[in-house]
Amino acid sequence: MGAGHGHKLHYHGHSVVHRAPAHLKILVLLGFTVLVVATPGEWYAAFGAYLLVIAVVVGVSRVPATYLLKRSLIEVPFLAFALLLPFVAHGPRTDVLGLSVSESGLLAAWALLAKGTLGVLASLTLAATTEPHELLHGLERLRLPSQLVQIMAFMVRYLDVVTGEMQRMKVARESRGFSARDPRQWPVLARSAGALFIRSYERGERVHLAMLSRGYTGRMPRIEGRP
Amino acid sequence: MHVPNGFLDAPTSMATGAAAVVCVGAALAGARRELDDRTAPMAGLVAAFVFATQMLNFPVAAGTSGHLLGGALAAVLVGPWTALLCMSVVFLVQSLLFADGGITALGTNIILMGVTTVVVGWLLFVLLRALLPKRPSLVPLEAGLAAMVSVPAAALVFVGLYAAGGTADLSLGELAVAMVGVHTLIGIGEAAITFLAVASIVAVRPDLVYGARPLLARRELEIRATATEATA
Repeated sequence: MGAGHGHKLHYHGHSVVHRAPAHLKILVLLGFTVLVVATPGEWYAAFGAYLLVIAVVVGVSRVPATYLLKRSLIEVPFLAFALLLPFVAHGPRTDVLGLSVSESGLLAAWALLAKGTLGVLASLTLAATTEPHELLHGLERLRLPSQLVQIMAFMVRYLDVVTGEMQRMKVARESRGFSARDPRQWPVLARSAGALFIRSYERGERVHLAMLSRGYTGRMPRIEGRP
Repeated sequence: MHVPNGFLDAPTSMATGAAAVVCVGAALAGARRELDDRTAPMAGLVAAFVFATQMLNFPVAAGTSGHLLGGALAAVLVGPWTALLCMSVVFLVQSLLFADGGITALGTNIILMGVTTVVVGWLLFVLLRALLPKRPSLVPLEAGLAAMVSVPAAALVFVGLYAAGGTADLSLGELAVAMVGVHTLIGIGEAAITFLAVASIVAVRPDLVYGARPLLARRELEIRATATEATA
């Protein structure tokens, strides 16, 4: 696996948003999300303004809106929870489309929906416009402990290798007539997870030995010329 | 399931964030004892493993499926400090690179699904290991039981956080019953998968299972005279 691999969410581009320093983008994302979360749910106009800000940033970055919308499906489980809220919350009730729902629950559901969606869209914009290694560098500049950044770097670097290994096990299982339908197949799946652990752990040991033999002393060298 | 932005109010999110920073700091120091200079590559690979297993779907019934949380499993396999570090890094990567779980809820997610499951799972595992007969073959069972309790424990901590900073007006009693009820079922699944996975690893490479190492040290080297005679 080479250095050029992007992750699944990255959308290659050369816009101002793509080129902005990663640590600034992380700080902006954090500040923006804290602002969104701290805004009272009744300030409807503010949420419109937030959405406009994201739309402008996405427009400047030239990442297609459909690209982000498709990936924002990740919040679907929480949409279900938000839709449930008006029916289970307490307090005075009101009628919406002939259904009796809780007023406070309705407001909470709206706030959850608005804040959750804005948060996911903002995070997706960061993920789409920032390469993983830039993100790691940004976190390092934000004084995240270097040990933590290193662990994260190894995780990101080997994520495709480990998930690829899992994918090959799946192909191997299925080419032998296996199909997972109910809990009776759990032992096989769990053994796959066990095998994946052994392979990942042994790979970690090999990587460590390979690093030692190349002069690793506990710190990663900064390679010049790469951001 | 990850907590998104805006689910808990800002003060609670900041408090959990501060608590998560303290826990990760302690884990950084503790993991050095478990892994010494191997920390970065080993913890990175184990974090990638945790991330990958969370993508492995276990069918339940009628097209629904669930996946492992992996806190207790990771604690038994690599030790509590390293597990804590791996789970935290997994949530960090998920929130920054995959937009899964809000960035302001990162502390909450680390406390709930990382710290709680690892700490509860590990303490219960150690307790069971001390109480039950000291045999490596019992390690999977102890790990499974620990995993079973760790999931509803995380649900209970969630209810506690919701009581402090929830944004909707829900009856706490009902929420607690619903959350703990649902997560007890999830915990049974977690227990079964953890049991089976640890059993498969103990059978092949018991030396890799951190929680089984104290039991392995007791085994004596045996020289089987009949075998040597047969080959000679």
